[in-house]
Amino acid sequence: MSATATTIPEATWKTEEIRVAGHPVRLRTSGRGEPLLVLHHDIGTPDHLPFYDALAQRFAVHLPSHPGYDGTERPVWMRSVRDMAVLYQLLIAERGWATPSLLGLGFGGWIAAEMASMAPKLFRRLILMGAMGVKPAQGEILDQALVSYIDYARAGFEDQKAFERLFGADPSTPQLEQWDLNREMTFRIAWKPYMYSPTLPHLLPGVTTPALVVWGRRDRVVPLECGEIYAKALPKARLAVVDGAGHCVDMEQPEALARLVLDFATGS
Amino acid sequence: MHLMYFTEQPMSAYPAEEGRKRGATALMFSNKHFDPVAGSRLYNEYLEHYRLAEESGFDGIMLNEHHNAPFCMQAKCNVFASILAAMTKRVKIVLLGNPLPLADNPVRLAEELAMIDMVSRGRLVSGFVRGGGQEQLATGVNPAFNRERFEEAHELIVRAWTQEGPFRWEGTHYQHRVVNPWAVPLQKPHPRIWIPGVLSKETIIWAAKQRYPYIALSTAIDATKKIWELYDSVAAEAGYTGGPENRGYLQRCHVAETEEKALANARQFMWMQGEFTGLAHPVWSSPSGYFSPSYRKAFVEYAVGRGANPRAAAFEDQIESQQIIAGTPKTVIPKLRRLLEETRPSIVGFWCADGFVSNADTQTCIKLLGQEVLPAVREMGKTLGLWSPFEANAPVSIAYAKGPTPAAA
Repeated sequence: MSATATTIPEATWKTEEIRVAGHPVRLRTSGRGEPLLVLHHDIGTPDHLPFYDALAQRFAVHLPSHPGYDGTERPVWMRSVRDMAVLYQLLIAERGWATPSLLGLGFGGWIAAEMASMAPKLFRRLILMGAMGVKPAQGEILDQALVSYIDYARAGFEDQKAFERLFGADPSTPQLEQWDLNREMTFRIAWKPYMYSPTLPHLLPGVTTPALVVWGRRDRVVPLECGEIYAKALPKARLAVVDGAGHCVDMEQPEALARLVLDFATGS
Repeated sequence: MHLMYFTEQPMSAYPAEEGRKRGATALMFSNKHFDPVAGSRLYNEYLEHYRLAEESGFDGIMLNEHHNAPFCMQAKCNVFASILAAMTKRVKIVLLGNPLPLADNPVRLAEELAMIDMVSRGRLVSGFVRGGGQEQLATGVNPAFNRERFEEAHELIVRAWTQEGPFRWEGTHYQHRVVNPWAVPLQKPHPRIWIPGVLSKETIIWAAKQRYPYIALSTAIDATKKIWELYDSVAAEAGYTGGPENRGYLQRCHVAETEEKALANARQFMWMQGEFTGLAHPVWSSPSGYFSPSYRKAFVEYAVGRGANPRAAAFEDQIESQQIIAGTPKTVIPKLRRLLEETRPSIVGFWCADGFVSNADTQTCIKLLGQEVLPAVREMGKTLGLWSPFEANAPVSIAYAKGPTPAAA
């Protein structure tokens, strides 16, 4: 993967497979500091991103591949995003991370919100970026079932050149196959209702974790109103909107997002 | 042999230009373009064709269903099966079939099918399908569990037909407190189950394991032979010998008074394949999790316009491979002989017309088939020993050693 035009130095990442409740979880780790668990998008994630490297300068970053995504073994039993959230709670317990911070990107943001609702005092900070998981009142969450793999991934970017720097103007067939497998896993756990939980909004008021909700100004995947819903429902949340970005702020504006996260997560 | 009449029930009476403009006439092509006046006329024409098919000597009428697409206006095959159960007297009513994964309540399907079997006095053949890709989207059913739902719903329906109720069903995808339908099939042990398909090896293997006849849907002759190789090898492993009674084939076959007219009308078979206006949409027809994993590469390339549709071929190629047969009775009979000799099916469906073929031309086709083609095909079948499941009195499934006794009514 070619880096975006940033000045962020590349970090060194370690990959290991650990077992959580008997299920294999691939975990990549880099950096030192307080633990930060980062949950990736529904399209999966490139192995390296400048955004992750930027986080690793300040945190011990733990970046699992969601089981069933990006070539990992499919948990055939899994039926909901909440199941995934429970698995990650078990991962935290297994690793013994004390008061980690939690950052969820897009679909990973939904998982993060579910996790926070299960353990309102566990996390030091919660950051939700472009998070799925709540039903918009006006608009709709873009339904990937109706658009091609490439069109869906492209819809995450305001600047199509940023997409092309990461995935190429014409993504490879192996990349398409990977997106298809990731999409299949997403369908297995988030088909209906599509990309939201009707019960999550009723639990969010119990999450007392300080929270930052970040949204790309031009998010065409999850409407900005969902950011407003999260910021309103979470008692200690504020909303930050990033210009020059769509859904994938992490890939379009890595430095700006990293700065927001660092300022918030290291604040007292 | 068991010779069936089939039509997709095309609904071509919509503004074709609108379809071209939209680029697809499936799923999201607005039903504001559906004209119910034309719909009413066409439904009744199709009923007349079914009546004519019975009069012309066909053994069965094959029905199917699709959703949200003009290429097939039959949205529920059990509706037409119910009408035919009362309207016809002799033909088998062959459903190929009910799309099981789309059903949230398979017990209700079991009831409906039992009713159709009783009303028709035991003439039901109850095929099952997975449903098309876009139909998973049209009905909101998760494509990732398509095959699991198919297999579980099948098991539940057969149990509902054969096991005395009440019983409880706690499955993976279906849970029922009480299974005890007050309608059971007339045919014993249960109506025959035939499984149609095009491409998925998984379906062929599954059908062969159950000892259900597999109906190849207009595949090329070489591909059809490979299907029977696979089917027969699975049959051997399962402890029986695959034969003509396990083999069906749906033949696109348009017959007319002249070669020229037949060929011109046969081109309409390309209508639903996108050449005219029956445009499929590659993303909607192949949702993730729906298609066979062994074809993943081909389907993802098709979905982004990088590869050709793995299901489609050009008209000339389909004429060459006999996926489409067209001509006068005199010229189509030798082609059918080749099909029978090379692939040895005992069940043959005749798909007579599609798209914009006129009512009159369709009726002519049905009559010519009945008068000249079907008798010739029956003779070939006798010579070649192509005995249908009914003629061979084959067991309805692997679970039974012997063929069924005649229906009581």
